[in-house]
Amino acid sequence: MNNIKYRKMKNSIFHGVIFCVTLIGIIVLAVLLIDIVIRGIPYLTGKFFTNFPSRFPNKAGILPGIVGSVWIIGLTVVFAVPIGLGTAVYLEEYAKNNWITKFIKINVSNLSGTPSIVYGLLGLAVFVRTLGLGKSILSGALTMTLVVLPIVIVSSQEAIKAVPQYLRHGSYALGATKWQTIRKIVVPTALPGIFTGVILSVSRALGESAPLLIVGAATYISKLPDGVSSVFTALPLQIYYWMGLPKQEFRDLAAAGIIVLLAILLTTNALTIGLRNKFQKSIE
Amino acid sequence: MSDTAGTESNKKAANKNRIKRMKVSNIIAKNILFLFAVITILTTIGIVISLLKDSIGFFSEISITEFLFGTEWTPLFSEPSFGVLPLICGTLLITFIAALIAIPVGLFTAIYLSEYANRRVRKIIKPILEVLAGIPSIVFGYFALTTITPVLQFLIPQTEVFNVLSAGIAVGIMTIPLVSSLSEDALRAVPDSLRQGALALGSTKMETSMKVVVPAAISGIAASFVLAVSRAIGETMIVTIAAGARPNLTLNPLQSVQTMTSFIVQASQGDNPHGTVGYYSLFAVGLLLFLITLGLNILSNFIVEKYRKEY
Repeated sequence: MNNIKYRKMKNSIFHGVIFCVTLIGIIVLAVLLIDIVIRGIPYLTGKFFTNFPSRFPNKAGILPGIVGSVWIIGLTVVFAVPIGLGTAVYLEEYAKNNWITKFIKINVSNLSGTPSIVYGLLGLAVFVRTLGLGKSILSGALTMTLVVLPIVIVSSQEAIKAVPQYLRHGSYALGATKWQTIRKIVVPTALPGIFTGVILSVSRALGESAPLLIVGAATYISKLPDGVSSVFTALPLQIYYWMGLPKQEFRDLAAAGIIVLLAILLTTNALTIGLRNKFQKSIE
Repeated sequence: MSDTAGTESNKKAANKNRIKRMKVSNIIAKNILFLFAVITILTTIGIVISLLKDSIGFFSEISITEFLFGTEWTPLFSEPSFGVLPLICGTLLITFIAALIAIPVGLFTAIYLSEYANRRVRKIIKPILEVLAGIPSIVFGYFALTTITPVLQFLIPQTEVFNVLSAGIAVGIMTIPLVSSLSEDALRAVPDSLRQGALALGSTKMETSMKVVVPAAISGIAASFVLAVSRAIGETMIVTIAAGARPNLTLNPLQSVQTMTSFIVQASQGDNPHGTVGYYSLFAVGLLLFLITLGLNILSNFIVEKYRKEY
């Protein structure tokens, strides 16, 4: 009898301990957000969004970072979505179960585990030097495309796998070819899931700084980019630049920049979760 | 009569043409999509070739043994020394601290969410962990530098401004969601019949979780640990911001170190003209980093494949 009491007590203690451990992540997140908001809020004025960085903290703004990030993300989506979706469609719909397919799948999984800084070195060697694109938006976007490609591929694959088989069979029974079935049935049905992956990759590209630093993105520029061959900076790099300056005011500016970054990320995150819930319902 | 027959055969011919076109476009589409899939392989080949090519430039001047076993990393000295051990030591020290945080916290979070939490609690906690997973590493770097380090300095006054412990804690927190979500997937894949069997024999929930469910899911859990280690080794911004830039062969977590990744960032920002040993050293360190993370990724896949139990 005593033994059972002891075991039940142990269970209750365990329950309490792992609940508290689970809260660690949540508490840290709360502390981090509150800390950053308190530091950064005073600098979040209209000027902050329309000014260039300046050596006077109260005049400094984040405009070049925002514009640069929009360029990079826009181009990355243009490159990564067709390639990623195409790869996923090939792997799920066309590929035979042979060694090439297996190799491609293992390869994608390894690429998704490769540190982003390694892609930066690839970008530096191939896009910046060998192809002669220089320290440009195009080099940055191509590098970023390779970073997010595995995310687009894997999430599109999941979405395509979730399309019920009978929809495909219905289409074939009406005499459609595989390509017609993919275009008119499979991809439209999987669209919300594919879109989720695209948003995920956008938020990854938005927060990623290491590969851009390596391909030579500037941390400080005085002119907005006017084309794909311009030098550029990006939101996280602007934040990194301010963090490295010795004055406390600049660290607070960095916090203001982080608020902007996180606000965009949380919005996209909420969008993803909403879409996924809708998607799950529509499949069921 | 013959007129209608004519339109009939016309129709048939048109139909045949249409079907032919459909089939041709199907084949074209298939081949184009295959080319897209090949891009992923080209990426890997690109990584290997670009890292190898410039590493060869490096290793033609520095011997591999000097690189791998040298204890001095001083690329900027007038007589530079390229022993990578201090960078490896810094990387492993930070990874160790990160693992010390991410592995137990991640695993217990996974057990709580999969075995104990009811649906309502799960619905609240899961999205929060997803938000944590989506926070960019530069933000954790900021947090380490402006919050964790001052707290550490308050607790242990001899902590340096840039130190291993602060960076390691931040990297660990960043990797918690990775461990918890992958481990939770593994735990949830264990069939309920096993749990019911254990409970029917009179086990408590804790005994069921720790002695039946966790052992049954151990391959997925172990794989998540390996992936977390690999992620910590490749983490760049946190260590660049919070751990400093001093190659330092030390085990003291209160000191500043340089990791493989933060060296790559530092060297790429400096003036290392193309063709110098300094420039090539970037790629030699990158190659080592790539090989280590590749090895860990393969190991994690291997664990999943080899020890997966089918129920």
